[in-house]
Amino acid sequence: MAHVPEDLHYSKDHEWVRVEGDTAVIGITDYAQHSLGDIVYVELPRVGDSFAAHDAFGSVESVKAVSEVYAPVSGEVIEVNESLQDEPEKVNSDPYGDGWMVRVRLLDPGEVDSLLTAAEYEDYIKKETE
Amino acid sequence: MNGSKITKATPHVTQNEDLLFERSRRGRIGYRLPALDVEPTPIDEIVPAELRRDDDLEGVPELSEVDVVRHFTRLSTWNYAVDHGMYPLGSCTMKYNSRLNEKVARIAGFANLHPLAPAEEAQGALEVLYELQQHLAEITGLPGVSLQPAAGAHGEMTGVMLIRAYLDARDGKGHGRDVMLVPDSAHGTNPASANLSGFRVKTVRTTPEGLTDLDQLRELCATGDVAGLMLTNPNTLGLFERNIREICHIVHEAGGLVYMDGANMNALVGWARPGDMGVDVIHLNLHKTFSTPHGGGGPGSGPCCCTAALEPFLPVPRIVREGEAFKLDYDRPQSIGRVRAFYGNFGMAVRALAYILTHGPDGMREATEAAVLNARYIAQALASDYEKPYQAPPMHEVVFTDKRQARKGVHTLDIAKRLIDYGFHPPTIYFPLIVQGAMLIEPTESVGREELDQFVAAMRAIAREAEEEPETVRNAPHTTRIGRLDEAAAARRPVLRWKPTAKAESA
Repeated sequence: MAHVPEDLHYSKDHEWVRVEGDTAVIGITDYAQHSLGDIVYVELPRVGDSFAAHDAFGSVESVKAVSEVYAPVSGEVIEVNESLQDEPEKVNSDPYGDGWMVRVRLLDPGEVDSLLTAAEYEDYIKKETE
Repeated sequence: MNGSKITKATPHVTQNEDLLFERSRRGRIGYRLPALDVEPTPIDEIVPAELRRDDDLEGVPELSEVDVVRHFTRLSTWNYAVDHGMYPLGSCTMKYNSRLNEKVARIAGFANLHPLAPAEEAQGALEVLYELQQHLAEITGLPGVSLQPAAGAHGEMTGVMLIRAYLDARDGKGHGRDVMLVPDSAHGTNPASANLSGFRVKTVRTTPEGLTDLDQLRELCATGDVAGLMLTNPNTLGLFERNIREICHIVHEAGGLVYMDGANMNALVGWARPGDMGVDVIHLNLHKTFSTPHGGGGPGSGPCCCTAALEPFLPVPRIVREGEAFKLDYDRPQSIGRVRAFYGNFGMAVRALAYILTHGPDGMREATEAAVLNARYIAQALASDYEKPYQAPPMHEVVFTDKRQARKGVHTLDIAKRLIDYGFHPPTIYFPLIVQGAMLIEPTESVGREELDQFVAAMRAIAREAEEEPETVRNAPHTTRIGRLDEAAAARRPVLRWKPTAKAESA
């Protein structure tokens, strides 16, 4: 069963959000990395880029396919995980830690409330795998 | 591994093949030049020293002619090809390429014709192109045809450029129609072609039945900025979009055009015409549906067929008939211009015309029937062993998943690798993206009942192995010269060039 940490927010597109003050860290979930398989390339936005919730902000390439990564919340990118350039496998090995993707300044902190809780996300992926 | 279970092939006794660099031996050569019978010219007078390498050709392999011939001949025998057997790559239509097509394309008058020959000296070739255009127009129900696009994605982009040019002419530039709708089951080239042509891509969902979601399509069309829809029919799940007329109606009502990806035309030829469904423009893959070579360099050919309304925008030159003569017409002021040097991949046009003429309308209808029947046969035969995510009867290809096998830790990639041990090329895997663990199987009309049964038997044997000895499947292939490759490491840290090793240096 995929690991779903308690303290994060989740989107139905399988991204997680960790809110830290008026910023948020975003990555893909353990379930997502497991479904994608071995990740070989991660394409991320640049610092200063802005996107709205549900926009594609990057892509993840695995040995199976290239998939877009959708923004769970609106934000302006203030930091990206440059190390994924050389070590994309971190998304597989530590999706909630070293495999984080971007840190954004939240443009609409209220959006976080519309995301799934850990329990809701667990139910959601259970339904997807049935 | 359990070697005794492998029935169709035995392990190779030969070693893997060294690279030419590794086979190199100092001083070995392919040719000896005759003794010089003129005064030698000092090399400095011909090639300045700074343009010459001074390392005595270090690292350049030194081999004899027979070394090189045997090396490449050995490698060529390791390939799998449509001439070896069933090649069930879904959405690729790997059908047999008849020898007759090849023979016709090699007729000296076609093969040696210079592309700059004046039209009056190339009447036969122009007639072939014109004739083929006429046939493709009839098959698609779309009268405007250009044979220029070099392959499928190029044909897509040409089609999308036609839509753009048409909208600019109809509504004036700055019409603000910048959205291209693409279903989530589409080939990745569709959004890429739209994006390259300056459109924003919006995705249309697929319903649980595997068809385009009409309600969402209506919503997306209501915004007034839709330029068109790019739809594959049958879609990449192998299902016929039975609401195609309604789909075209919705897009047309919203002022957009419908582009059809013709990758799956093999399910329709002779039975249903995109033009009659309401489609405005389509590309065909001659290298799929019309049996010209596919893969291995092809080259491909992706003709674009469109309605009379779009015809003025087709690439120039157009090939037209005037009385008994054929002409190249460049006088098309609304044309999007050339998309390819000369007239497209001409040799493929010759082969496709040979295919069409040798089959005739009845033969092509029969080919379509057999392609669909073969896919349905597999759909039925494997339904008890593999999960089928969509229940409607498929057209020319069928999608299964690894859902049942995954419970034992056996996944689509493992099943595909194991099929190699049984002597088959694996199907398309992990596509369409909306199907988890997809295996998309397209047998085409080129396989008979016996080979279909062998394929079914192999797939069933693998399903059984997945239950009883999953390790055998997880570690496949076992009968190839090298075992399972680490595809992740190869993609993450690719080795792109040979570097001398201690062994090669000492040699």
